[in-house]
Amino acid sequence: MKRAGFSTRWLPIMLLLPQLLIIVIFFYWPAWHAVRSSFFLQDPFGFGETFVGLKNYASLFKSSAYMRSAWFTLFFVVLVTFFSLAIALLFAVKADKVLRGAKTYRTLLMWVYAVAPPVAGVLGVIMFDQSWGPATEFFALLGYDFRLGVNYYDTAFAMVVVSVWKQLPVNFIFFLSGLQSIPRSVREAALIDNRSASSRFWDITFPLLAPTGFFLLITNITYAMFDTFGVIDVLVRGEPGNNPLTLVYKVYVDGFRGNDLGGSSAQSVVLMVLVLAMTVFQFRMVERRIHYT
Amino acid sequence: MAQVTLDNVRKVYPNGFEAVKPASYNIADGEFVVLVGPSGCGKSTMLRMIAGLEDISDGALKIGDRQVNKVDPADRDIAMVFQNYALYPHMTVRKNIGYGLKNRKIDKSTIEAKVQEAATMLNLTEYLDRKPSQLSGGQRQRVAMGRAIVRDPSLFLFDEPLSNLDAKLRNQMRIEIKALQRRLGVTSIYVTHDQIEAMTMADRIIVMNGGIIEQIGTPAEVYHSPASTFVASFMGAPPMNLLEGRVDGGMIRVGDTVVGNTTLAVTGPVTVGIRPEDLEPSVGGQLRIDVSIIEELGAHRLVHGHIAGQALTMQIGKDTAIGDGPIPVAIKNNAVSLFDHQTGNRL
Repeated sequence: MKRAGFSTRWLPIMLLLPQLLIIVIFFYWPAWHAVRSSFFLQDPFGFGETFVGLKNYASLFKSSAYMRSAWFTLFFVVLVTFFSLAIALLFAVKADKVLRGAKTYRTLLMWVYAVAPPVAGVLGVIMFDQSWGPATEFFALLGYDFRLGVNYYDTAFAMVVVSVWKQLPVNFIFFLSGLQSIPRSVREAALIDNRSASSRFWDITFPLLAPTGFFLLITNITYAMFDTFGVIDVLVRGEPGNNPLTLVYKVYVDGFRGNDLGGSSAQSVVLMVLVLAMTVFQFRMVERRIHYT
Repeated sequence: MAQVTLDNVRKVYPNGFEAVKPASYNIADGEFVVLVGPSGCGKSTMLRMIAGLEDISDGALKIGDRQVNKVDPADRDIAMVFQNYALYPHMTVRKNIGYGLKNRKIDKSTIEAKVQEAATMLNLTEYLDRKPSQLSGGQRQRVAMGRAIVRDPSLFLFDEPLSNLDAKLRNQMRIEIKALQRRLGVTSIYVTHDQIEAMTMADRIIVMNGGIIEQIGTPAEVYHSPASTFVASFMGAPPMNLLEGRVDGGMIRVGDTVVGNTTLAVTGPVTVGIRPEDLEPSVGGQLRIDVSIIEELGAHRLVHGHIAGQALTMQIGKDTAIGDGPIPVAIKNNAVSLFDHQTGNRL
């Protein structure tokens, strides 16, 4: 094969430059700043900084509020990922069986995807509103006094519900296309080999969906950790004090509300390490992933 | 083992399309029946109805003594081999073959023994721990066969199982499948669009066209006495010559030439069918064929020419010398079939 080349050494660099500039300005530069300021104690009014070494990190892991937020994030991510995957899979399996009006049905399910996270948050606020939210009234009907923004667990519940709801369509689309890429004859062969529909699903359909499922698992964890910011921001309505916070939201609260830039930077460095670990894990797994022909 | 009985079995799709018109026939215990026809003729739909993968719109289907119209595919005691093998890509060959047994609550050692037995029969023992993606087309086909035979079903269904293989492998597998079926003695229904497969493998052939069964018969019957012009032109390569002719006073004429005589009480226009190999160059032959093209096929030659302005093909031996231009040709005895001019049915 003939190797295509450039006549000058500068042209390729020039062509790459815009992309590199964007990455440097919007990623490396802020990231470097975060790493750097995580070693400093910032004056709240921006009049100076003092080098404190690893003290920001040390106080982070000694802080009960931070650990509480870390635990909450773990539960939040597990719950959101599990339910958004499980419910989406259920919908996809059901939608896959629909023959008449399948397109309309799928489009309706996909619409939610177009809703921006803060708007989803607002919808959540409306649903769970203290005085007239339909969800609150439903809970009242069951004899439960649902208090969004006041009760820690109620707020957490609303956060999980809205985040799951927001993520369902993406997972649904991927699962549905995954299901439809399973050859019809393979399913028919299973139909002859196995009379139980549920065991057919776990023996044949589910393993063949595994590549899709794994991809979604990673994207959903990322979503639950980072992209739920808008939902949380609207739901806790500027009263983060006694409400559950994810780590990402806590970075924002501590840095921009608490004006503790050093501590907030340390938190974002921890998150960076976490993301890095997840990325490495993902690539390792993707490499080992079985490809079916 | 079982016989299969269809009584006015019919398939109508929700959009009103009648894929299979009411069909009735019997398949005897241990018989190898081939359903053949062009694509879209309803042969696959017929097979899928017997398998239970399609609902039967009307009529009754019996496997053995049991009516199975509403029985789940898994409970019909059948095994099916699919065109694209339909192996489970995430399972090893061993698990693929054993999957049907595992779900029938058979204990592990029995399954293992049966899988081994099937694998030995199909020369698959060394591939048992491989995934289907690591196998060649022919090996995958064997695994699909193994999955069918390991179950000891009372009926085998084959849906164009050889059409994804190359020509050489297809010939080999054709013989293997036939031999295997003979050995196991399991009633089999085999769908194909390839008339050579139909001719070589079948005990009986069912020729379908447009949802209708055109003819049921042994390969020899179907070949030598086709029930319609469709069967005549579909079975056999090259196909039967179909010429416009007429009968008067017991004489069959094509143009001005008398090609034979008939005892049938017909007069007027007919379609005259003559197999290409039933024509031979002969000095005293009654036909004059104007030869235009000679195809050399090695074992024999195809001579394309015209008679009374109608195209005609003749198959001759490789040693028969022949040139262009008009030549005298004779027809072998009893080699002329007559079909209704309008309906195409055999007279």
